Amino acid sequence: MKKYVQVENVQMSFETRNGAFVALKDVNLNIARGEFVTLIGHSGCGKSTLLNLIAGLLMPTDGVLLCADREIAGPGPDRGVVFQNHSLLPWLTCFENVYLAVERVFGETEGRAELNRRTHEALGLVHLTHAEQKLPNEISGGMKQRVGIARALAMQPKVLLMDEPFGALDALTRAHLQDELMKIVEKTNSTVIMVTHDVDEAVLLSDRIVMMTNGPAAMIGEILEVDLPRPRNRLALASDAGYHRIRGAVLEFLYQKHVKEAA
Amino acid sequence: MNIRRYFGENLFPPIIGIGLFIVVWMILAQSSEALPGPIKTWDSAVVLFSDPFYNHGPNDQGIGWNILNSLGRVGVGFGLAALIGIPLGFIVGRVEFIDKMTSPIISMLRPVSPLAWLPIGLLVFKAANPAAIWVIFISSIWPMIINTAMGVRQLPQDYLNVARVLNLSEWKIFTKILFPATLPYMLTGIRLAIGTAWLVIVAAEMLTGGVGIGFWVWDEWNNLNVEHIIIAIFVVGIVGLLLEMLLVRLAKRFSY
Repeated sequence: MKKYVQVENVQMSFETRNGAFVALKDVNLNIARGEFVTLIGHSGCGKSTLLNLIAGLLMPTDGVLLCADREIAGPGPDRGVVFQNHSLLPWLTCFENVYLAVERVFGETEGRAELNRRTHEALGLVHLTHAEQKLPNEISGGMKQRVGIARALAMQPKVLLMDEPFGALDALTRAHLQDELMKIVEKTNSTVIMVTHDVDEAVLLSDRIVMMTNGPAAMIGEILEVDLPRPRNRLALASDAGYHRIRGAVLEFLYQKHVKEAA
Repeated sequence: MNIRRYFGENLFPPIIGIGLFIVVWMILAQSSEALPGPIKTWDSAVVLFSDPFYNHGPNDQGIGWNILNSLGRVGVGFGLAALIGIPLGFIVGRVEFIDKMTSPIISMLRPVSPLAWLPIGLLVFKAANPAAIWVIFISSIWPMIINTAMGVRQLPQDYLNVARVLNLSEWKIFTKILFPATLPYMLTGIRLAIGTAWLVIVAAEMLTGGVGIGFWVWDEWNNLNVEHIIIAIFVVGIVGLLLEMLLVRLAKRFSY
């Protein structure tokens, strides 16, 4: 397996009033190009911390992270991030929000027409051409999240990092966006790392599911291969034995081996 | 039907309020010899506003000139305060060290009555007009610093994360994130500042003299022209109200 994103012996601790809090310990993970990996675990297990480390928003206390053989020393446009709460700038239209990212990555080498074309294309990919000139407050939560995805994809990142991107959406919208994301990933052949706490979402989307133990000092508990053929269809999978086997394995990990006391 | 309801709910109560106000005023005027009633004041206002821009030398000019002169002073003092206060607010909000450095000074000077600064202005500028502008400047700078700094401090971490992930330049962060995010707070500061400035100008002009609505009130008091004083009170109130409405409009345009 060609390693594209490498996480090697990473440890992460935060300084708190009561001394150092170890969030992650001895985390090792290799992700291949074009792979879709989800990180799943109970809340507080450090899955978002791991994602933020790959994004470069956090620096590890110990260990090293690499993306395409280069050390991750901070955030960069080679790793597009989709935030849970979309984080669009409310005073910019959808077009301008995406354009801001496009301009940053391609502004030095390309002219305005080309930048506009890229922005249109990214919004077209998430089927939002009709809402380009709307402000984020004028569109629904699902549409905002799609603009967030378009913004991340428009930078043509090496890796797409998604932090519970559909967590704040209702179930129907979530399913719709999952289907759309599958199509986009297939078309763009993106490498995706997604944090989720939704077992069905993880099984439906992933090539591999990384299951994390409970914090503090969370580690990677198990890694599960999802060998279901693509393209996947949620209706067909509902009666698929392989799907239920994998789903069962994840549930067993979360609710038997690493059960978390209700807080 | 709907129009009738609209008028009933939105226009009827203020009309009743104003009517009651005038009735109370009439009763008070009846029982006092010195206080002119609404009708007498209205007649006097008609005369006054029929020629608002006459000019009979520095001590006798139309009400229009007086208002414009006062607005001019407020504009200059307030503009200078914005020019210095807003950038200062950005720095105070962004740099914690400077925030801690300036906060005791600002906290101490802010509650000082603006008029207390007038003698300093007279001393430094040796002229009445710049001293009045100085008072406006000093009274309107605090809300602008404080509100701008508050806006910068309240910048959501999400937006800064976007800036970091997109790796935006400092200039882009300022123009696309920091400035627009702070703008509503800044406008609140501007609104508070202009309100105070308009409050203060009347008192400042009473002390400094010259052409202006404040000095005009004082002058009419010396002439014992009470109608004109009442008219001046209404004029100051209405101009203040208009300024406030203008800025609320502006603020609405920039709220997200």
